[in-house]
Amino acid sequence: MSLFLWGLVIIFVGGLASLISGRRAGLAFFFGAMGAVAGSIIAVIPAFKVLLHGITESFRLNWSIPFGSFFIQIDPLSAVFLIPILCLSAVAAVYGVGYLWAYRGKKNLGLAWFFYDLLLLGMALVVVAKNGILFLLAWEIMSLAPFFLIIFDDEKEKARDAGWTYLVATHIGMVFLLIFFIILTGQNGSMDFDRIGAIDGGTASFLFVLAVVGFGTKAGFMPLHVWLPEAHPAAPSHVSAVMSGVMIKIGIYGLIRAITFLGHPPLWWAWILIVIGASSGVVGVLFALAQHDLKRLLAYHSVENIGIIALGLGIGVLGISTGLPTLAVFGFAGCFFHIINHAIFKGLLFFGAGAVLHSSGTLEIDHLGGLIKRMPWTAVTFLVGAIAISGLPPLNGFASEFLIYLGVFKDGMSPGLVNIIPVLGVIGGLALIGGLAAACFTKAFGIVFLGQPRSKHSQQAHEVSIAMLLPMVILAILCVLLGVFSPLIIRVFGTAISNVTLLPQEVIQGQLSAGSSILSNVVIISVLLVVLICGLSLLRKWFLSGRNVAQTETWGCGYACPTARMQYTASSFAQPLVALFRFFLRTDSRNLPPKGIFPDRAFLQTDTADTSNKYLYRPLFKWIGFMLSKLQWIQHGRLQLYVLYIALTLLMLLIWKAL
Amino acid sequence: MHIEKIINPLLSLVLAPLLFGIINRTKALFAGRTGQPLLQSYYDLWKLFRKGAVYSKTTSWVFRLGPIVGLSVVIAATALVPSGGLPAIIAFDGDVILFAYLFGLMRFFTVLTALDTGSSFEGMGASREVMFSALTEPAFLVGLAAISKQTHSLSLTGMLAVADTALWSHIGPVQLLVAFSVFIVFLAENSRMPVDDPNTHLELTMIHEVMVLDNSGADLGFITYAAAIKMWLLSTVLVGILVPHNGNAWIDISTAVAAVFILAVLVGVVESSMARLKLLHVPQILLIANALSILALILVLR
Amino acid sequence: MSFMTNLVDTVIILFILTNFMLLGSSSLRRCIRVIALQGILLGILAILMENGTPTIHLILLSAAIICLKGIIFPFLLIRTLRDLNVQHEVEPFVGYGTSLVLSPLVLVVCIWLGSQLSLPMGVTSSLVAPVAFFTITCGLFLIVSRKKALTQVLGYLVLENGIYVFGASIATIQPVLVELGILLDAFVAVFVMGIAIYHINREFEHTDVDRLNRLKG
Repeated sequence: MSLFLWGLVIIFVGGLASLISGRRAGLAFFFGAMGAVAGSIIAVIPAFKVLLHGITESFRLNWSIPFGSFFIQIDPLSAVFLIPILCLSAVAAVYGVGYLWAYRGKKNLGLAWFFYDLLLLGMALVVVAKNGILFLLAWEIMSLAPFFLIIFDDEKEKARDAGWTYLVATHIGMVFLLIFFIILTGQNGSMDFDRIGAIDGGTASFLFVLAVVGFGTKAGFMPLHVWLPEAHPAAPSHVSAVMSGVMIKIGIYGLIRAITFLGHPPLWWAWILIVIGASSGVVGVLFALAQHDLKRLLAYHSVENIGIIALGLGIGVLGISTGLPTLAVFGFAGCFFHIINHAIFKGLLFFGAGAVLHSSGTLEIDHLGGLIKRMPWTAVTFLVGAIAISGLPPLNGFASEFLIYLGVFKDGMSPGLVNIIPVLGVIGGLALIGGLAAACFTKAFGIVFLGQPRSKHSQQAHEVSIAMLLPMVILAILCVLLGVFSPLIIRVFGTAISNVTLLPQEVIQGQLSAGSSILSNVVIISVLLVVLICGLSLLRKWFLSGRNVAQTETWGCGYACPTARMQYTASSFAQPLVALFRFFLRTDSRNLPPKGIFPDRAFLQTDTADTSNKYLYRPLFKWIGFMLSKLQWIQHGRLQLYVLYIALTLLMLLIWKAL
Repeated sequence: MHIEKIINPLLSLVLAPLLFGIINRTKALFAGRTGQPLLQSYYDLWKLFRKGAVYSKTTSWVFRLGPIVGLSVVIAATALVPSGGLPAIIAFDGDVILFAYLFGLMRFFTVLTALDTGSSFEGMGASREVMFSALTEPAFLVGLAAISKQTHSLSLTGMLAVADTALWSHIGPVQLLVAFSVFIVFLAENSRMPVDDPNTHLELTMIHEVMVLDNSGADLGFITYAAAIKMWLLSTVLVGILVPHNGNAWIDISTAVAAVFILAVLVGVVESSMARLKLLHVPQILLIANALSILALILVLR
Repeated sequence: MSFMTNLVDTVIILFILTNFMLLGSSSLRRCIRVIALQGILLGILAILMENGTPTIHLILLSAAIICLKGIIFPFLLIRTLRDLNVQHEVEPFVGYGTSLVLSPLVLVVCIWLGSQLSLPMGVTSSLVAPVAFFTITCGLFLIVSRKKALTQVLGYLVLENGIYVFGASIATIQPVLVELGILLDAFVAVFVMGIAIYHINREFEHTDVDRLNRLKG
């Protein structure tokens, strides 16, 4: 435990030191990044110990804040979240050094590193806090710090707007969390998590709904996700990676922790989670398909993966609720594994997008192309990330989705028509999500990296520095390793699963070893695949040796003067799917079609606004603004009446107290 | 005892190109021609493997990797599929999901190969291909989930060709529904009519053919061979859903192979009697497959 | 589980499939043929649901159903189709793809509803009540979401078929009800198709029902 506390102290001190360094970029980088990396490495060691051995470590200090105490505890559930938080933030700090190097002299980088370290501190504290006040305090720190990073490019209006959207959304969620904790404590008078007693059914259901909305806003459930596609692209890439990779998972952590407080879950909780998961997944990936800004595409993909995690969580809760251990174990194992996997490959993809922005100056997919020849290493790592996020074997994305599928296949199909909700939601939903995600990432990788450059932005691209490449390579290797070693890794989750489901360890380990042996078969097929690929490459070399191998232009059907602009664009690639699902994606398109025999100008522009934002929140806020403007007569500017208001309120309070 | 597990993959690797020959011969018969020899695909593969290759200057290592990944995936998948009552080499709970996702991997690389050439024809084919596959995956997996529940087995080896005739009359309707749905998926995945025309030579109307327009020599050979094996594997799955089990290993294997050939003839008949659907109607037929699979699931779960 | 129950099940599943085809198809000719098939299936169902040997009464009843619903009405409808010179439905309020995907989900709700009722019948499968509800819902859906008057007539016929599925199972218990139903069908044929469509067509030169709102002031 002391290691963990020292780690946090180092992070905080590093942040302060970089704040003091201010505009002296070299010092700011040194303190900020070193603080984050060193602190994370030191703090993650106890987390690994707890997860592997299942012992909980605690630390308690009394505070003068009413109801509050500095009570932190690393139990296996916290450890599962702590590990990706600390590891990804450390890697992102290294990447950040390379990424922000171009900004030195132009912006106050000391501030940027201070807030980055503060974000890391907040996240680490939230998952270990075991007192309500401490939890909310850490949550607020974690929510405020990124705001300053989102508006890092504050000369751009889009970044400022994104910052405001983020701030409003996170505080609306905070209100729900406050009410949640107040009602929870009201039951027994203490905010310490280990002193929460039994809660009756009706209150528990109300608390569950509050938790889903409050934590769901941070996690990015549909339709509470509207801040995600604005905020994540606006922040610098290392921060986007951390936000998408781990910060939104803290919402899931909060939800799981809340469920452990609320006693035995009834069936409908699981169904709600499954429906939320399937709809977030499908609609998230549909919106991702329609985007043409690379980071916005990745942000919507985070919504989709949160949907997959919610599906796993729903299956796990279904298992607790029906008492079927297979569902519970496989559901939670898939959920936890996907949390870690997503942190890795989403981080990797955001790093890649940042590299593309850094070297070509644009994120507009339709202006890129041919980057594989100019940025070979970035391309390789981005391809690994794309294969992983589409859930294709043999990488880690497939392993975690496979676990969720397995849970439902094994035990989810009991007779009874209500079971169609989990079965269709998981099997149909995951299959559809997988197909659409593959479509989306072939588009992203194919149009950005393959083909020929579509504009001079991408023609001038160059490979990025080692500081930015090294984290990407590390994460890509991790994707492969986690896929190959998945049978061993899922056994590690046993302690965390027993934390949540309260099942005995033998049952959990029994289920997990069944899962392990199934996954080892997957690994065998993956190895077979690699062997075959090598074998066939050698075979082809042998076939082609001594024969004529030539290079020429791509077949253009005899067209005399092809240009790079004639290649397929991202909007065209996604058009069939976008048209099929136009019920969800109200895409605006403006076009000027070519006219005449020798057409002069023509253009097509598509724009997919977020439907929830456009049709739900904006009208709602406009209506609220309109209603509140009716009360504007209170603000009339006359001093005497303001003093009268104060006097009247005081009088009423005194009368009420006297009664 | 282990020899019998090798029979299925060997049969698929050796006999797969024959399917193309059977389909083409059937179509020729319908058209009143004599048609190609049955073994034409083998001659074509032999010719392709002896040729040199021409690569486009726009392409990168992804283009050279694509065909190899495709063929490797399909060969690895032969280890998962049982046939005629004989178990697959590797069988485990949930292997049907790995089977479906392996084809997803193959499709991923085929689409990337198409986009690597920077040609708009190939981009068009790629975009249509991803739309179709996004709709066929749920139909396939939901249908097989229904069959898994009915046959009380979680592995392909337990699901296919296990029902004897007595059990078959019980579970018949659901099997038929799923078989019909999987047949539509089969036509879409193998780019047959009415989803795609394998004989069209117009770049704008091709879907699967156009994605491999710039491949040549051994690469094209790999791709053609992989397509044949994919068709064989999906036929085996379809036959496994429909044909009941006898008990005698020799009879079962010959029945299975014969049924695959009959399926090829059926595909030839369908291709000769239907025109290609308007592109906007293809999603509708895929949605019908989805609705059938969901109906099968409903009937199994009630 | 006897052979009879299996056969009833198969016929009912075919019935469900005809409903799917109706929701997903834009060609009016195909819809009419599908409704003819529904009529024939209904007649077969009436005989199959009887426990024991069918009486002459029952055989005549089912023959009447097959004749009327399976042969005469479709024939008249196709004649009307030719006279009105329409071939296809125009773009409906709810697209074909969406209705096709929604239909299994509606079926789930109907199965749940059906399980809540208990019906007095002979040889039956538990799918009878749900399929009846489902067919009624499909008929209503066709009336509400499609634009051409002929499709609305078809929707009404499907609605009737749904009610018939209930009737087929009580055919021997309460034959009078079923006979009254057949009479109602004949009435529909004469009145709706012969008079209404002919008159609408004559007055407005089209039968797009949503343009009928020009009638209001």
